[in-house]
Amino acid sequence: MLWYTGRRILQMIPVFFGATFLIYFMVFSLPGDPILALYGDRPPAPGVIEQVRAQYNLDKPFIVQYLLYIGGLFQGDFGTTYSGRPVSDVMAQAFPITLRLATLALFFEAVFGIIVGLVAGLRKGKLFDASALVVSLLLISVPTFVIGFVLQYVFGIQLGWARTTVSSAAPYSELVLPAIVLASVSFAYIVRLTRASVADNLNADFVRTATAKGLSRRRVVSVHVLRNSLVPVVTFLGVDLGALMVGAIVTEGIFNINGVGGTVYRAVILGEGPTVVSFVAIMVIIFVVANLLVDLLYALLDPRIRYAK
Amino acid sequence: MQNRKFQEHFVAPIEETPVVAVDKLDESQKARSTWDDAWDSMRRRPSFWISSALIVLIVTVAAFPGLFTSVSPNLGCELANSNGAPTAGHPLGFTRQGCDVYARIIFGTQASVTVGLIATLLVTISGIIVGSLAGYYGGFLDAFVSRVGDIFFAIPTVLGAIVLMSVIPERTPLTVAFVLAVFAWPQIARIMRGAVLSASNSDYVTASTALGVSKFKILLRHVVPNSIAPVIVVATISLGTFIVAEATLSFLGIGLPPTVMSWGNDIAQAQTSIRTNPQVLLLPSAALSITVLSFLMLGDVVRDALDPAARARR
Amino acid sequence: MTQILNENQSETIDTSETPLLQIRNLEVGFRTQRGLVPAVRGVDLTLYAGQSLAIVGESGSGKTTTAQAIIDLLPGTGSVTGGEILFEGRDLTKLPAKEIQDVRGRLIGYVPQDPMSNLNPVWNIGFQVEEAIKANGIAQGKEARLRAIQVLQEAGLSDASERLKQYPHQFSGGMRQRVLIGIGLSARPKLLIADEPTSALDVTVQRQILDHLGTLTRDYGTSVLFITHDLGLAAERAEQLVVMYRGKIVESGSSQEILANPQHPYTQRLVSAAPSLASRRIQSAKHADAAAPAIFSGDSLDATLIARAAEREQAAPDKPLISVQNVSKTYRIRQQGFKYNELKAVNGVSFGVQRGTTTAIVGESGSGKSTVAKLILQLESITSGKIEFDGQDVAALKGADLLKFRRRVQPVFQDPYGSLDPQYSVGNTIAEPLLAHKVGTAKERQARVLELLDQVSLPASTRYRYPSELSGGQRQRIAVARALALKPDVLVLDEAVSALDVLVQGQILNLLTELQTELGLTYLFITHDLAVVRLIADNVCVMKKGEIIEAATTDEVFDNPRETYTQDLLAAIPGGNFVFGR
Repeated sequence: MLWYTGRRILQMIPVFFGATFLIYFMVFSLPGDPILALYGDRPPAPGVIEQVRAQYNLDKPFIVQYLLYIGGLFQGDFGTTYSGRPVSDVMAQAFPITLRLATLALFFEAVFGIIVGLVAGLRKGKLFDASALVVSLLLISVPTFVIGFVLQYVFGIQLGWARTTVSSAAPYSELVLPAIVLASVSFAYIVRLTRASVADNLNADFVRTATAKGLSRRRVVSVHVLRNSLVPVVTFLGVDLGALMVGAIVTEGIFNINGVGGTVYRAVILGEGPTVVSFVAIMVIIFVVANLLVDLLYALLDPRIRYAK
Repeated sequence: MQNRKFQEHFVAPIEETPVVAVDKLDESQKARSTWDDAWDSMRRRPSFWISSALIVLIVTVAAFPGLFTSVSPNLGCELANSNGAPTAGHPLGFTRQGCDVYARIIFGTQASVTVGLIATLLVTISGIIVGSLAGYYGGFLDAFVSRVGDIFFAIPTVLGAIVLMSVIPERTPLTVAFVLAVFAWPQIARIMRGAVLSASNSDYVTASTALGVSKFKILLRHVVPNSIAPVIVVATISLGTFIVAEATLSFLGIGLPPTVMSWGNDIAQAQTSIRTNPQVLLLPSAALSITVLSFLMLGDVVRDALDPAARARR
Repeated sequence: MTQILNENQSETIDTSETPLLQIRNLEVGFRTQRGLVPAVRGVDLTLYAGQSLAIVGESGSGKTTTAQAIIDLLPGTGSVTGGEILFEGRDLTKLPAKEIQDVRGRLIGYVPQDPMSNLNPVWNIGFQVEEAIKANGIAQGKEARLRAIQVLQEAGLSDASERLKQYPHQFSGGMRQRVLIGIGLSARPKLLIADEPTSALDVTVQRQILDHLGTLTRDYGTSVLFITHDLGLAAERAEQLVVMYRGKIVESGSSQEILANPQHPYTQRLVSAAPSLASRRIQSAKHADAAAPAIFSGDSLDATLIARAAEREQAAPDKPLISVQNVSKTYRIRQQGFKYNELKAVNGVSFGVQRGTTTAIVGESGSGKSTVAKLILQLESITSGKIEFDGQDVAALKGADLLKFRRRVQPVFQDPYGSLDPQYSVGNTIAEPLLAHKVGTAKERQARVLELLDQVSLPASTRYRYPSELSGGQRQRIAVARALALKPDVLVLDEAVSALDVLVQGQILNLLTELQTELGLTYLFITHDLAVVRLIADNVCVMKKGEIIEAATTDEVFDNPRETYTQDLLAAIPGGNFVFGR
């Protein structure tokens, strides 16, 4: 296990540098000037541009820019927004909110997704299974922002059960509706994945052997079918974090939440290149780290991985 | 032994179980390839016909929007019609700008479908080539390609697209498709690589090697055809997800510019009218969802047809 | 004597003792798109306490389905459609789910077929054994753990207490099978159903485990219901036999009687084709002074086999066509960290193969026998030593010369499901080597395909078919046809008949012998099954841990095995006691 952990961390290092480099490269080295783009159609005074370039190290060779940026990252310096505010400041404020939102969403999608998927898998071909499949297909095919608008309209405006926008404190109670919106697509994927995996495992030889031992159906399902079916679901949750991040940008935009996603949303709308890069870079780092954690969790769930050489 | 109870020696009447020739070929059935089998399995499913019919319709609309409406989606928008209810010749009413909703949906199809198709083509072709070379030849090439793939894989597709789109000067359906493909190729490449790895370990590849077939010909003739099935499934499904991704980018204002008619743009613009005139938002959403749903459904059917294990379970 | 079998026989019912298990007119069917497909059609059998019975049949005969029906373990769409299964007088087919759950494990234990897939990979061994003990109310808590250790030790895992925390993938196949036997017997059931309990294992391991299982069940007084495809094994391990064919029982009775005097034509065929029995017969026929064999031999097959075995002894030695000289193959296996372990798959192996003869390489899994085949075929490069084919150093061959070599030495692999490309029609498969070597025109290639199909006794229309439509034996014939397409000198047959049912196996062996005579082929026959070797090979090399430990003519190896390992292998051929035991 120790060896496995070490190896995964080592493998993460090139991915970390590669991914941040890629993002940095895209923004600051591709044709198209992020600084000019910032000012839109009205070119700023010539001096201003040079000043901004110096501030973002854009006057130095590209590789130096990148190394300076990465060096800053390790010292907790995430850069500054165009308005002059340190990105780390914005993060400190935005992060707890998004963490709450993501926790709720993960909870919804994992718990309900696994329950619905399990029941559907156990009753393959029955009415419940068919309905679960149809609903999951619908959820995947409707974009998150449409689901967001509709739920916001129905629950926020027509029924008045929830606030249409979230206050800046963003307590859990106000985040329930946005979390449901955020979780919807992933919920559908988890239902489909769990269902397929449960149906597969039900046919596995070891499940038949477990039944032959004299175990009750309940125990066979919970100990042998469910446990084994969770392995691919856990792996999916890691990859899914990426979808949650994109979803958070959209969802937080719709519900006007001042989280990480909402900040990126506004930065994108306003064309604030460096803010977008900093935030996306950090999201990618979170994604990479989360996937590492998921891999370790995966190894905990599946001894074949844990003991692999 | 005498004190134990035994079954008596029993012989079944021979006419009851006549002995048939050992291992005789059953010639009563017609010969069928795996693709024949897959086609047969798809043919029997209503969802295959529904999704294919929808896809044919959608692609026709995308290619020849003029056939489906004579109303111009842009010109002739009159503010007097703002948020107007359906009238004769305008079955779905008007947008806030007074444009015909039906015409905008018809003309918006092209952008969405183009992005979906081109992104899928790019991803599938590059994924198949990269994945099969890496999986088949292994070694340094494999290690290099896999690490590069890991890096791109670490950036969620739409997140990467947000960054790249925000610096790209020109935003057309082509560039959007290209940008999505840049971050989505590792998925197909990984699947292809895995399939190629397992196919190239199979006995028929060893057999062909021993028969004297050259290594590259084995890749083309045996390995790739036997590895392509999972890629086809994922490609079909990802076509739908690319359409959603384009809409999401357009909704965020960094996808297609407002001058290009697309469902994503229309939905984004309609968000202000959701209280007064929700169908302006819901109708293009429905068009988009039906398109995505068609590809997802087709992907499911194809998966069931190509996966013999899934077929046996049914 | 008690039995109700069919109306032709007089029924004498013993009232003093009810059978432990009595199956009457059992019908099992599977629902498919084409309606109900019957798998078991009117099966009757009776088993008394303390006895053992084996159901023998080919794949698809309904033997496993019958066993699974007893404790309601039929897969997916299968269901009992008629008849009754009386266990101690209770009809199991009518029990509610709750009660059948109580019967499973506690009264009827089950040992499944494939040790690799029958243990849950994510739970440790101790957990999976204890679970069975707890569920059947044998013991709880700490006591269950102690009991689990005891059960595993009884099943032959002496270090059970240290290995409870280990996971299935850390156990070898034989070890896992012992765990499964331990689980099956953990609640001291009255009946144990053992479905091909050892068919996935090496012969010597198989023998050990079956011996052990026999001792355990005898000690506990457990009745055993064996399910097996191997008639020799069935007769050796069970007092009674039930022979199933296409869902029906064709013959049943005491093992002795059936083997000595099979009545039904199907049973007769089975007895004459089973390699284990046939090799015993050859052996005893050659030693007529020994006790007369008690096994049926009323088939012409035996006469030819015995004649052929005698013929081989006269084959004159010649310059070998293939000469393997002190060949080694080492693999580097990555260990944890950056260490590498060297695995000597083949270690200093030397032997020669004469033109027109069959040389068998025999060994258990991991003995390196398949690696030798790959080295000769130039599919792997040798680490040291030299392989000569017709005087040429094989390792030095490049380009056109290698292509020429490939034309002359062709392989046939074990897995008839894996060695044919599923996307290729049979015609294209057989024509592929012709195409690769640019032989003839399209028309000539077509003609050659037809000729080859005829040589392997398949109709011409087969060329339009795809592998998925063919049986294992038919696919293996296609593989032979493909190998013969280029008129090679040598066929390397790597476990080419191991995955096939006995009758089909017999057919392919006959085909190979005919082709050898007809075309003057040289065979290198890789197998784990000494019984098959007896039927086909002129010379034998016995491999163990990468080395050839014994090499001689087939007769010598069978008559005077020098090494104890060879003796063990010979003793492990099932059915031994029948020829020499009495």
